Parts: sequence; structure tokens; C-alpha cells
Amino acid sequence: MASNAAVPFWRAAGMTYITYSNICANLVRNCLKEPFKAESINREKVHFSLSKWSDGKPQKPVLRSDTPQV
Amino acid sequence: MFKQASRLLSRSVAAASSKSVTTRAFSTELPSTLDSTFVEAWKKVAPNMDPPQTPSAFMKPRPSTPSSIPTKLTVNFVLPYTSELTGKEVDMVIIPASTGQMGVLPGHVPTIAELKPGIMSVHEGTDVKKYFLSSGFAFLHANSVADIIAVEAVPLDHIDPSQVQKGLAEFQQKLASATTDLEKAEAQIGVEVHSAINAALSG
Repeated sequence: MASNAAVPFWRAAGMTYITYSNICANLVRNCLKEPFKAESINREKVHFSLSKWSDGKPQKPVLRSDTPQV
Repeated sequence: MFKQASRLLSRSVAAASSKSVTTRAFSTELPSTLDSTFVEAWKKVAPNMDPPQTPSAFMKPRPSTPSSIPTKLTVNFVLPYTSELTGKEVDMVIIPASTGQMGVLPGHVPTIAELKPGIMSVHEGTDVKKYFLSSGFAFLHANSVADIIAVEAVPLDHIDPSQVQKGLAEFQQKLASATTDLEKAEAQIGVEVHSAINAALSG
């Protein structure tokens, strides 16, 4: 049962819906007026630390952060 | 054949409930979604075990569709960081579906619509509130409840027109000079979003 719906151009280029949606949201945020733009960018900041495990022990953690480290 | 099934089942219910106080809700107590031939075959093979339940036995029943069309549409409009409208009763919403602007009135046929970047307007009497949505989905239910979810939604006066023009020119240029498929796709998305914002501001 093949679907006849045309594949959206971003899916044909290998992008997932979430990536597409996030790109759209970022573009909209970039076009905001000043106090709202700063608020939205602040709201979307992420900060997380990731460590892969091998042999039951965590390896060196990788830190990904939008907040400048003091 | 069906009479046999209920007799067999009720026999096992009696047997099971006498064994333990905490019996799970039996499939006959919930909306019956089990095939009776399957249940009979199961009973022959494993008479002491409850037949396995299907996921639909655990689902809450769907909200009932009122027999007459309600006068108002109940809208739930949510973003990842806030609930913009919760259970608000309105007359109509117009959503930017990927197939075009879609007007939703109470009693709309149940639909799942993917939204493209565009304007959503909420009409309540003479009051119209417009938001520019970056993308998302709209779930329209049979009981005249609309769940609209978007990643970003901004009122039109929060948008800076000069930034939009700059962005549009930048992405049009990127589209012309893009090489890989992915770059082309990203540039195309940029052009589409900025054109949509432009149209929204001038429309």
C-alpha cells in the first residue's frame, strides 16, 4: 500500500520533522523585537553534561552549554 | 458460540476471584475488545490464566460526541514553555494548515492537520486575536475541542519587520549558492518562513 502523498522537500533532503520544526522556530525567534527576542533566546538556552559509559564506569563528561562558564 | 464464551469466561472469573482478592479487571468488565474464538482457544490451552488484554482495553473511553453541535469551540493552545489558551470557548479559529488556511467551527469533522508557518486567528464575538505560528499540529476532535500545538507563537506586533527583510534576503542568497541537498533544504525553509512572516505582516 504505497502512499501517494508527495514527500516534503525537507524530508527528501534527509531532515526529520523535529529538525524542520526547530529550524522554523529559531528563525521566528530571530525576527522578534528587542525585549521579546532576548527573553526567547534566554528561555531556549540549554546546559547539559553527557558522559558515555564503558565497562560499568562513566567516561569523561562532555559539557554542552549556552551559558558562559564563569 | 458466543454463549459458550461468556459461560467459559464467567466460570474462570468465579475461579479466579475465589483465589485472590486483587484480581485485575477482567476483559468482560471493560469494553470487550477480545475475539471470542481466540478466548475460547486460550481457555482450552491455558484455563488458569487470564486471556491477554489488548491495548484498547486499557484506554479510557473516547469523550462522547454530543448529539447536537455545540455552539462554541473549546480551544487548547499550547507551546512547549506555556499554555497560551486552556479550554477557552470561542466561535471560530482559523489555522494555517499545510493545505491552506483552515477555518474551524464547532462541529468540525475530526481532523489532524499539520500546520505550516502562518497566522492563527482566534475569533470570539467581535474580538480577534492573531498569532504567528512557526509550525505545529492541530487536532480537531469530534466533541468540538481543538488542541493546537506549536513550537513558537508570537503576536504580530512582537515581530521586527526589518529583521524579516534582512533574513529573507540572506536566505534567498543562501538558496542560490547552496550546494548540498541539506543546505538547499535549510535555505528553502528560511525563505518560506520569512516570506510567510512578510505576508503575515502585510496581510
